[in-house]
Amino acid sequence: MSRTAIDAMLPYLDKIYGNPSSLHSVGQRAKEALEAARADVAACLGAKPNEIYFTSCGSESDNQAIRSAAHVGAQKGKKHIISTTFEHHAVLHTLERLKREEGFEVTLLDVHSNGVVTADEVKAAIRPDTCLVTIMYANNEIGTVQPIREIGAVCREAKVTFHTDAVQAVGHIPVNVADDNIDMLSLSAHKFHGPKGTGVLYCRNGVRLIPFIDGGAQERNKRAGTENIAEIVAMAAALKESCAHMEENAAKLVKMRDRIIAALTQIPHSKLNGDMAHHLPGTINMCFEGIEGEGLLLLLDDKGICASSGSACTSGSLDPSHVLLAIGLPHEVAHGSLRLSLSEYNTEEDADRIIAAVPEVVEYLRNMSPVWKEMERGELKHIL
Amino acid sequence: MALYSEKVMDHFRNPRNVGEIPDADGIGEVGNARCGDIMKIYIKVKDGIITDVKFNTFGCGSAIASSSMATELIKGKPISQALELTNKAVAEALDGLPAYKMHCSVLAEEAIRAAIKDYYDKNGIEYDKSQFPEPDEDKEIHED
Repeated sequence: MSRTAIDAMLPYLDKIYGNPSSLHSVGQRAKEALEAARADVAACLGAKPNEIYFTSCGSESDNQAIRSAAHVGAQKGKKHIISTTFEHHAVLHTLERLKREEGFEVTLLDVHSNGVVTADEVKAAIRPDTCLVTIMYANNEIGTVQPIREIGAVCREAKVTFHTDAVQAVGHIPVNVADDNIDMLSLSAHKFHGPKGTGVLYCRNGVRLIPFIDGGAQERNKRAGTENIAEIVAMAAALKESCAHMEENAAKLVKMRDRIIAALTQIPHSKLNGDMAHHLPGTINMCFEGIEGEGLLLLLDDKGICASSGSACTSGSLDPSHVLLAIGLPHEVAHGSLRLSLSEYNTEEDADRIIAAVPEVVEYLRNMSPVWKEMERGELKHIL
Repeated sequence: MALYSEKVMDHFRNPRNVGEIPDADGIGEVGNARCGDIMKIYIKVKDGIITDVKFNTFGCGSAIASSSMATELIKGKPISQALELTNKAVAEALDGLPAYKMHCSVLAEEAIRAAIKDYYDKNGIEYDKSQFPEPDEDKEIHED
């Protein structure tokens, strides 16, 4: 968490421990803080305060947005939803359940080898019974940014509700719900140095939102449950700070990212994933042939580098990342992936450490890999 | 709690018996790259004793640690004893593996059997075929 977010939250754990639903003065001070946070978040997104609903995380926001639009659609006999193959599981699994249990039809658009879907493809997929298009703003694993404004325009024209999971984008690249023609948007605080376990659902005025947690009248009857004031305040502070420094942070990150990429792509038989022309400033995703990602992560961790991978072993399933498979990588290559997420708190020294450590660890693992040795002897063809 | 035991991490960080044996008497390879695990074990045999053993593994931390531990457990042992090595024994020697990683120890057991079978086949040694069931690559064994 950012220092700003921690400092913002502390008074609400201690002195101003009121419940915003209470009439007494401590409760009312909490209520004021809640509404100030709502206004701040709205301003950062180009939304109105009454279009902001506080939730417990990005996944909850995704679930509510999709289920709400689906139920509204079903009431009009519209049971077709469009999305992409590489959405977050909070989206894909929700769609899967709607398909399985409620008879929805789901079209998952191809994201191609560059990890970008086009507005024309969305347009071509829209049918008279389409009730929702849900496409992520930026991919969480490979960092590719989608043409959200154009997709939003296509949906607006076809009068189809458009939701975007913007968890990876908000606070990092400019996101404006009005300019981008967005009806619903999900975000999560911990992606911009806010606390974990708090998020936002933006829902444009005029788009119906159905509550999925019934109870009290919180969040204008759309999301019951006592508000997590301290975290909401911290989220708003973190978002404000990220948005205020977005340009300088991005410039710093892009420089660092590109330096790391330039060095790591020197590793033979490696591949950089995702279209770099449409990309988040701080995300790097690469594959190294002949090795498996988990070993890479454990050895990098020993060197003080916290990374992640799309290998099956790191996910606890047998298949590697659905995102890497969606951009057409073969299973054996997808197992050897590495994802680095840089933030403005990283330094050029961190980048130096990454640049020194990754080639070393890749070589070490390749030296004990039967797959790599067969490739080097020419018994097996290199894929990358 | 950490993902792996100290022992798994030790065998992963400092794997024993890594390498190839160019004039191996038997080589066993199991797993497939699609699933993210391949183990290749080389053995040297003299008078029914496994005098040397090396491995190469493409796989996660527990696959590398399982290979390392399994080779340690059969090195210098008679073939008859190596054939008795179970995946459970490998996992126990590593102070346990997470349930969803038990298949790594299964691969280690299978790779050793495959290497011994290869040694038998190459040397025309008769053996009971029921001792060497074909490893089923489609079936993942997860034991608690």
